[in-house]
Amino acid sequence: MAELAIELTGVNKYFGEVHANKNISFAVAKGSIHGIIGENGAGKSTLMSILYGYYQADSGSIRLNGQEVRIRNSHDAIARGIGMVHQHFMLVDTFTVLENIVLGAEQGLALKQSLLAARAHLATLNRDYGLQVDPDAIVGELGVGEQQRVEILKALYRGADVLILDEPTAVLTPQEADDLFRILGLLKAQGKTVLLITHKLREVLDITDAVTVMRAGEIVGNVVTAEVGKEDLADLMVGRKVNLQLDKTPATPGKTVLQVSNLSLTDARGVKLLDDVSFELREGEIVGIAGVSGNGQSELLEILSGMREASAGSVRYNGTELTTLPTREPKAAAYRRLGIAHVPEDRSREGLVKDFSTFENAILGYHDDPAIQRGLLFNRKAIIERCRRFISEFDVRPANAFRRSGLFSGGNQQKVILAREIDSDPQLMLIGQPTRGVDIGAIEFIHKRLMALRNAGKALLLVSVELDEILALSDRIIVMNAGRVSGELPAAQATATELGLLMGGHK
Amino acid sequence: MSQPSNLPRWATLWLMPVLNLFAALLVSGLVITLIGEDPVECLQLMINGAFGYPEGIGYTLFYTTSFIFTGLAVAAAFHAGLFNIGGEGQMYLAGLGVTLVCLGLDFLPGWVVIPLALLASMVFGAAWAFIPGYLQAKRGSHIVVTTIMFNFIASALMTWLLVDKLIMPGSQTPATRLFAESAWIPMLHELAANLGIELPQTPLNATFFLALISLVVFYLMVWRSRWGYALRTVGLNEKAARYAGMPVSKVIIVAMCFSGALAGLAAVNELLGSTHRMNLAFTNGIGFVGIAVALMGRNHPFGILLSALLFGALTQGGLDLSFEKPAITHEMIILTQGLIILFCGALENLFQTPLALAFKQMTKR
Repeated sequence: MAELAIELTGVNKYFGEVHANKNISFAVAKGSIHGIIGENGAGKSTLMSILYGYYQADSGSIRLNGQEVRIRNSHDAIARGIGMVHQHFMLVDTFTVLENIVLGAEQGLALKQSLLAARAHLATLNRDYGLQVDPDAIVGELGVGEQQRVEILKALYRGADVLILDEPTAVLTPQEADDLFRILGLLKAQGKTVLLITHKLREVLDITDAVTVMRAGEIVGNVVTAEVGKEDLADLMVGRKVNLQLDKTPATPGKTVLQVSNLSLTDARGVKLLDDVSFELREGEIVGIAGVSGNGQSELLEILSGMREASAGSVRYNGTELTTLPTREPKAAAYRRLGIAHVPEDRSREGLVKDFSTFENAILGYHDDPAIQRGLLFNRKAIIERCRRFISEFDVRPANAFRRSGLFSGGNQQKVILAREIDSDPQLMLIGQPTRGVDIGAIEFIHKRLMALRNAGKALLLVSVELDEILALSDRIIVMNAGRVSGELPAAQATATELGLLMGGHK
Repeated sequence: MSQPSNLPRWATLWLMPVLNLFAALLVSGLVITLIGEDPVECLQLMINGAFGYPEGIGYTLFYTTSFIFTGLAVAAAFHAGLFNIGGEGQMYLAGLGVTLVCLGLDFLPGWVVIPLALLASMVFGAAWAFIPGYLQAKRGSHIVVTTIMFNFIASALMTWLLVDKLIMPGSQTPATRLFAESAWIPMLHELAANLGIELPQTPLNATFFLALISLVVFYLMVWRSRWGYALRTVGLNEKAARYAGMPVSKVIIVAMCFSGALAGLAAVNELLGSTHRMNLAFTNGIGFVGIAVALMGRNHPFGILLSALLFGALTQGGLDLSFEKPAITHEMIILTQGLIILFCGALENLFQTPLALAFKQMTKR
């Protein structure tokens, strides 16, 4: 066997009662790309946080290049040649690339010396790894893919031999992701070791050499990538047979429910967040909106759900103009009353209140429903009963209506929100990132539910950054780029490559 | 990255406040030793002063009554995510409302004047809180800053009114005339005397029962009604409130009015229950103590009842103590109160980490 870069033996980590990492042992060969996959809450992040020094393991040992080490904090980790690229970048937007890279690694008193030395070093790194980043560019003006490369440069500049990447493709277009994988390939060729944390099976299969699969804090498999298939990995992750293929019968669209015409949104600084967006949505169909996050999809959902005012354009819902709807209550409440349900993109910050018990979140947005009032007060029993019904219909675990929502996993939180929104029997469902941070088992369940809604004649507008999801669920696909609709095509004819090009605005 | 709390719920709710209180008393004891007194003896005197004899208990409960109102006021705003520092000013203005009603209408029978005065206290308190609430909701002016400023404005306004307008004609003290007896809220010892029970004469009055009722009503409104549901949603997660279609600005403004009205009721206890006239100093920091009461009571009515009782006992016991021990001045009592606020509020989680470690050791074994 090849030389080992990292070797973990019997690592355990507890958070109070929770055993977040159980007896973790695995090894990563030097100069390889090693995938770590698992559902949300499987313990991947905890494990990587231990490697990077954010947490201390309660027991067990870590060896780096054959030597036993204790990593007390991230400085320790960097000094030992471990670099990490976080899912949310740790960059100062108003600084140049060069300044960002030197930040925290300055030497001596005068900044100029550090910058000069760094510039030379950077040129070499840029060349060796094909990163192509302009050291004088302002970080805030760079695209997401480039910002990520800056993060990689930062780690390399600090002498990283082991690079940990946390869900690196979550914010990238397929083309940008391919670029990233090319860079990772070069890193590997130069003898660096890459740890890739992801939940996307396709990526793992494409570029890793070996995979560690985690479930419920434990390692359930250490496999050589070349020897397994997608289904094997999915089954390992979930612990049972998973059906990744969705039964999609041909759509039978009915009358038009939603007609969006020339919708525009300009923010206070004059930036066009939405630019002349038009499309329609009919009964019994799912229209998917594809795009890299931050290209206007969130704003579109906010306008359609009444949380934000459009600058121009019209939205007609069953023939009623929504943008000028005369109402004394907030629009979000009025729209909901008209039968527009909304599963928001940012589940934990919009869709529910984490500090509320689940039964309280089960009525968020529907708290005026007469069925749950008793005089001036709530009919607590009715609310709890409703929540219990959601829990059993959507298989929420643990089945406890009094547990605080924040303590549930992402998938179970999402099930509660979906149950609540579906229960209102809407005509139009706006759905943002239905499976972001949701485990595979729950994804399967959620997708089936959405399909059933469509088959029941509802109109569904689906916004997702996961192309696979868009392709699996949608009947028609609208691609957004820089606030505009850059393409619309039937799902049956769409390919990932074509969508990727549209998402990047290259067409 | 914050680690999940490792403490069981009961420890966070009960053990931590008790430990914090203990720490505050310990430091107070240290200071008392430094000025040459015996802290244990002082503590005994204080407890005895607050609970040791019927009259002491009466005074303790009288102070507790006001603290319950101002504590609830802070909690009401807190649940909407607002830190209302203006209880003092709101109570002051509420006093003006009470006074105007009494000075103008106290020739009427009590069953007319007293309800009107109660209403006036709430309306004036709410109105004084409305302005900062409106500024916060519509203009984004920070509520902490505006409510503090409104305390000063209230103080200046009341000084002018009392010195120039409301002062009893021919008097040199800045106070109003005595209200007619019909406007006095019955004292507890009077009520008890009607039932044939003899109680010592203290300012404890029927407002105490109103305070207890307010605790229950507060609980029902905040936790069991859709109004309170919107209030708490706005306080915990404003984005979710917007998502749910709640009128966030309106909720904020109404929450502040609710808060101001509660603070206003404290003025009723002082003016109609005890002094029966308004003077310059009647608020006496009660509005500020409300902040500590709410913090220590975790913004829950039951907690507020307990912490209001604690602060009521501190006030009464402290007064008794300073009679017995001239070295222990009023400032010493304020120091103790300050330390309790420091340990229970600012250093709330001081003992969390060591406690969590201790619990871990225990569970491992």
